[in-house]
Amino acid sequence: MKIAVLSGKGGTGKTTISTNLAKAMGWNYVDCDVEEPNGFIFLNPKVIKTEQVSIPVPEIDPSKCIGCQKCVNICQFNALAWANKDVLLFDKLCHGCGACSLVCGYGAISEVDREIGHIDVGNDEQITCMRGTLNIGEPMAVPIIRDLKKMIGNEKTIIDCSPGSTCSVVAAIEGVDYAVLVTEPTAFGLHDLKIAIELVRTMNIPFGIIINRGSHEKDLIEEHCEKEKINIIGKVMFDKDVAVLYSKGKLLVEHEKYKELFLHIGKKVEGEIACSLL
Amino acid sequence: MQLVVISGKGGTGKTTVAASFAYLNKESIKVDCDVDASNLNIVLQGENIASSQFIGAKIAKIDKNKCIECGKCSEVCRFGAIKNNKIIELKCEGCAACKAVCPVDAITLEDEVTGETIITKTDAGILSRAEMVVGAEGSGKLVTEVRKNAMEYRKNNELMILDGTPGIGCAVMASITGCDVALIVIEPTQSGLNDFKRILSLIDHFGVKPLACINKYDINEDMTLEIQKYCENESVEVLGKIPFDPIVQKAVNELKPVICYEDSIAGKEIKNIWENIYKKYKEGIL
Repeated sequence: MKIAVLSGKGGTGKTTISTNLAKAMGWNYVDCDVEEPNGFIFLNPKVIKTEQVSIPVPEIDPSKCIGCQKCVNICQFNALAWANKDVLLFDKLCHGCGACSLVCGYGAISEVDREIGHIDVGNDEQITCMRGTLNIGEPMAVPIIRDLKKMIGNEKTIIDCSPGSTCSVVAAIEGVDYAVLVTEPTAFGLHDLKIAIELVRTMNIPFGIIINRGSHEKDLIEEHCEKEKINIIGKVMFDKDVAVLYSKGKLLVEHEKYKELFLHIGKKVEGEIACSLL
Repeated sequence: MQLVVISGKGGTGKTTVAASFAYLNKESIKVDCDVDASNLNIVLQGENIASSQFIGAKIAKIDKNKCIECGKCSEVCRFGAIKNNKIIELKCEGCAACKAVCPVDAITLEDEVTGETIITKTDAGILSRAEMVVGAEGSGKLVTEVRKNAMEYRKNNELMILDGTPGIGCAVMASITGCDVALIVIEPTQSGLNDFKRILSLIDHFGVKPLACINKYDINEDMTLEIQKYCENESVEVLGKIPFDPIVQKAVNELKPVICYEDSIAGKEIKNIWENIYKKYKEGIL
């Protein structure tokens, strides 16, 4: 069972919601925000295993290459170029699709692994935590997210996504059973939430909203959700104490009032998933 | 000078700072590099004066009339984008491997619109931005296009102020390469420090001059000190410390840059930071 937490916009509290929900409910936690994985700061698991993530890139054997340039022509990402009677590889542009070796009729292209990041697996008291980290200077996050997703078992797992609605988020939420959209009650929040809603609707993923930094008054997110008949599954009030705890790398659920709140939200999520399966 | 406001992480206040800078220097050209959650125009508003579709990727199409359902295409597709002889568009990277192996030429690669680029004329000058198609890839390419569009409006080597993207991936690289200066907005939190270290390495990697400011510095003054020390060791100048100020939230809701609020303590500090940067720019230090 996979539950994704996404937001459209950065800084809305995805990591706060996902780590606290995981801890309160005993769900496993996977940090798919591989550009800035921060969940481990709060859950602080003991890392027991680290694995490299690589993508296959072409290696050209000059003694076999006849210079037909078929590989250069098929490469859609400009990772191969023809220069000075040689095929030149720009490895960071390579998506590892293998098209070049498919078209080479002379067996001149083999593939070698190039590391782009790594995955850490760790244990908290009761839950398994995983995170992917993209190496600095690497443009492509998706292969790491794909590898992370393959490592998720059947247990209830919460997936912390990257901000926005790009291909990284698509890779992270693909195949999940439910999506939690975290937003804040501002014009920016609503603007970006609408984009996130469009994404989960396109992908046919059932979803609900959590408002972070909310107030007791009715806000623009609630108005929007009412109009669009979208479920709000929880609200975390604006509280400077939260900001202070966060800044120290502390979980909120260590405090009774937040523990109850996250247990309540978690049960609601479980209920929503059960309903969506009916 | 091209100045990019960047943060590593989202929600640190990049847009708050960039929108204020935009107002303080109206003749500058503004660029919103956050193409998948573009917010600068929400604050600056204005009128769209030009727009065009952007083709940033290719996507495979299977001609059903020609397809003999041999399954070779799905065998070679490494992205799991072909199932039952059908393309799953969100997963297709347009690599052409399927096309290369199709024995009956049933597959073509077609242009895919990945976004719309827009020029908005605002009260604070020209803003170049884009709206990416939801779930599309190639955000880096779209950022590059948005920056190219901005250059068209740059007649007298005006200053350029870029609102960067969160993270360290392709869109961020496209936001910072070729910029002269990067102002990093840091939040005094554990994750803020972590993200700052990662974005700083990236900025160094591309030879852009880093400057820093700490936002909401008073929510954790110990962490603020730690960040200041880190900056000192790394020779990154901290231009200012913006205090936590409830008016910022009000400004966001009223869709005005925070410097427009005279009694805002955060606004005052952002103004100081801008003046500091502008002075250095005029003196030729930046």
